[in-house]
Amino acid sequence: MPNMFALSSQYPVLVIVLPLLSAPLCALLRGPIFPWALTTAMSALAFFFSVELLAAAAAGGPLSYEIGGWAAPWGIEYVVDPLSGFMLVIISGISTGVLLFARESIAKEVPGHQLGLFFSAYLLALTGMLGICITGDAFNVFVFLEIMSLSSYILIAMGARNDRRALTAAFQYLIIGTVGATFYLIGVGLIYMMTGTLNMADIASRFADIEGTRPILAAVGFIVIGLSIKLALFPFHVWLPNAYTYAPSIVTAFFAGTATKVSIYLLIRFIFTIFGPDYSFGGVDLADILLPLAVLGFLSMSMVAIFQTNLKRLLAYSSVAQLGYIVLGIALASEAGLTAALLHIFNHAIVKTGLFLSVGCMFFAAGSVYLKDLHGIGKRMPITTFGFVLGGLGLIGVPLTPGFISKWYLVVAALEKGSVLGYSLVAALMISSLLAVIYIWRVVEVAYFRDPPEGAAKGEASLSLLVPTWIFILGSFYFGIDTTLNVGFAKAAAAFLMGGA
Amino acid sequence: MMFAPEAHVALAIIIPVLGAIGIALSNTAPNIRETVTLATSVLLCLNVFSILSVILSGAEPTVVLVQILPDIALTLKVEPLGMTFAAVASTLWIVNSIYSIGYMRGNNEPRQTSFYVCFAIAIAATMGVAFSGNLLTLFAFYEVLTLSTYPLVTHKGNAEALKGGRIYLGILIGTSIGLFLPAIIWVWTLTGTVDFVKGGILEGHASAGVTSVILFLFMYGIGKAALMPIHRWLPAAMVAPTPVSALLHAVAVVKAGVFAVLKVVIYIFGIDFLATTGAAEWLTWVAAYTLITASVVALTKDNLKARLAYSTISQLAYVVLGASMATSMAVAGGALQIVMHAFGKITLFFCAGAIYTAVHRTEISDMRGLGRQMPVTFLAFLIGSLSIIGLPPLGGSWSKFYLMMGAAQSDDIIIMVVLLVSSLLNIAYLIPIVARGFFYAPLGQTVAPVAVGYEKSDFSWSNIQEAPLFCVLPPALTALACVALFFLADPIMKLIEPILTP
Repeated sequence: MPNMFALSSQYPVLVIVLPLLSAPLCALLRGPIFPWALTTAMSALAFFFSVELLAAAAAGGPLSYEIGGWAAPWGIEYVVDPLSGFMLVIISGISTGVLLFARESIAKEVPGHQLGLFFSAYLLALTGMLGICITGDAFNVFVFLEIMSLSSYILIAMGARNDRRALTAAFQYLIIGTVGATFYLIGVGLIYMMTGTLNMADIASRFADIEGTRPILAAVGFIVIGLSIKLALFPFHVWLPNAYTYAPSIVTAFFAGTATKVSIYLLIRFIFTIFGPDYSFGGVDLADILLPLAVLGFLSMSMVAIFQTNLKRLLAYSSVAQLGYIVLGIALASEAGLTAALLHIFNHAIVKTGLFLSVGCMFFAAGSVYLKDLHGIGKRMPITTFGFVLGGLGLIGVPLTPGFISKWYLVVAALEKGSVLGYSLVAALMISSLLAVIYIWRVVEVAYFRDPPEGAAKGEASLSLLVPTWIFILGSFYFGIDTTLNVGFAKAAAAFLMGGA
Repeated sequence: MMFAPEAHVALAIIIPVLGAIGIALSNTAPNIRETVTLATSVLLCLNVFSILSVILSGAEPTVVLVQILPDIALTLKVEPLGMTFAAVASTLWIVNSIYSIGYMRGNNEPRQTSFYVCFAIAIAATMGVAFSGNLLTLFAFYEVLTLSTYPLVTHKGNAEALKGGRIYLGILIGTSIGLFLPAIIWVWTLTGTVDFVKGGILEGHASAGVTSVILFLFMYGIGKAALMPIHRWLPAAMVAPTPVSALLHAVAVVKAGVFAVLKVVIYIFGIDFLATTGAAEWLTWVAAYTLITASVVALTKDNLKARLAYSTISQLAYVVLGASMATSMAVAGGALQIVMHAFGKITLFFCAGAIYTAVHRTEISDMRGLGRQMPVTFLAFLIGSLSIIGLPPLGGSWSKFYLMMGAAQSDDIIIMVVLLVSSLLNIAYLIPIVARGFFYAPLGQTVAPVAVGYEKSDFSWSNIQEAPLFCVLPPALTALACVALFFLADPIMKLIEPILTP
């Protein structure tokens, strides 16, 4: 038993409480620097705690923390296992990196007097995401899900200064997101009715006795559909492109790496830990629904991305497509598939954040992210654009980028499946990668082969924007070449989930 | 040799990368920049040749760069075939660097720094392909090579370059990601390894049917080998400045393709395994078809570089043909063809660029009588042509000889006929260029008929107007090398012999 009073034993709660309590404090702060500095400090602290927690969970098995000293299953339990620890590190890491970029970028996109409120909403969103991952209580998940969603509606609407369409985008997300969250709540309610408990581990232990009943079948349906809406699985994705397009640059960069990934985490948690793979893929066979939707999703959305005229929207559609890869990995229902899914959560997060940050640099300098305004951007902003191209290679899955590693595992998992289905999945994956070549290369051609418009401003974004962007771009190459860390943790988490079933 | 052989192997990639950085840093001083390029190429060549003695003694120095997947590392391993390829590419890079200086300055090309940087990176990738120790390493450097040559192909930056670049990238990336990568992963799931092992790794893991399918994926996945119908990228790449066409699209890139084909056939399938299953039979016919058809298409091209490009497609098919016949003689012929064709074809491209630099002509019909003005260039062109056709005493005759032996070994009369017809076609599309250059009157002039016995020589020293020295010297050097290679065939055969005997 570790010392109760040692600070490290309180890390599981600190990682949530610190950003949560800083949020109202942040709302009181004025000026361009203080709210940002506080938020960045809290996010960095959360990152530090997350790394420590993941290391502890990897070394000594899952950690459990009882909130307020109330023992589970009556009290709320926080659990750090290889999966939730992995997610905590991704979320807080991406958040911290994006915040380094935020100071200069957000000052241009959000009015000065709203900065305090903006960053408190940001902190709440961060709290919500971290909370969803760390909590071991199904209802507490809903609470954090709402904290995250409500604050993300605000954050997206903040883009209104630049483009009023941000308001309708936020409203659309609010409506669809609420439907998703309500479905989730209904599902949890049904499970509570049947089991009398909200603790995830507790539900899992009682699940075998009641899994054949009709309310449970309904609960599974509500939860899977609700989470699919939140994670923007095709065809529930319509809110995402609008939200990503009109939100401020850093919000898009932050959400692209984390928001949908949190919902995927929940889906994995429910499918593998609570329902158990035997029931999920034997009793009801969710793969029958998830697999076709995933494949349709990545094929159609990669296709749609090709025809976009707005760079952020193009990347947003690409995100929906990449989410399709992750869901495909889940739907393959094997340890190899799950490894590929978890790995791609990490790899896509780092690549897409880097891409959105470089688009943020372009917006900062050129004032627009429509392709027609970015003609010759490769000559106007060579460093930024080169970063974008390198990130794009990661999206395509060129070797030495993390996208390649994910694809390798995904194809191996599909081939492991064998039969005609496996081979056609491989073909579909390859077609989708080639579509990614086309949509990235459209940007490359606009950036390098069109002449800059008359009188276009020439000049790079400032260092405070370039450095964080390149941290992500170079980081993505690091994780594509030396894969010990990301593959290691993804493998460990997948083994934990399959073994724990 | 200064260091352990392993260090030299790693240096083969590090030197050009450092060179690229040096070139980028000396952006503002063209003379220093070109000195860096030349120094890098000489250093690289010395470094590659310092490994040669180790390889001849039978060792296979191996360097593990980084563990990219838990069971697969980026690995460099030098074996005879890769050694040969690396030696050819690094030698020709020196000549080509001299030529680039003459061409790029002579034509006042823009953005020369990025040109040299991309070139050095492409060479680094070529070294990586040559020394790759497993399929994943080969694939990684293969893709780096594609991407680093894209800016070179589109160097002109106009609409035509854009279109050429699209075809180039579309076909090369499309085939490699769509077919090559699945083939690699398939091999991995079947055998649990992607290492290049002598005698192949697939035997006992795959049925004859599966082997045929995987072979198909490899042969059409390695788009750089330009088998028809995925050859279109090579003519499209001719929008590049000529030094790029010369070194990359006659030597480094295309040879990386056929080199990969040989590697896959020898070290993944295994010659004997292919021969016993008969899985490569279709490939022989596809290669033979490509060989003849590309030659016929070359006949129809009036643009000199386009004709050379189709000639390259046809000559590459010789290598694939050698690999597909799966006999040791034929494979030896394929390996020799990589060397011999490299020297012959780079000579022809150098000449094409020299003509363009001197008189800005690209169409063959406009080159009448030019031989009188540029005799050195046209003589070099003649020697290069004869080597490609395969006449002694030029290097190209050996590769054709061994391929013919291979066809005879497997009693393949039709293939022997194909080889013969192809040689005739080579004569038909290459020799007229030289003949027109020397024997026809220059464009716009006519020669009045003269009575027999009263002919005067048209030659005069004052007519000679060659391209700048840096453009003329390289083709002269490589043409001489074509002659020298005729006498050097034996050492090269000694080098590659170990891969042919089981």
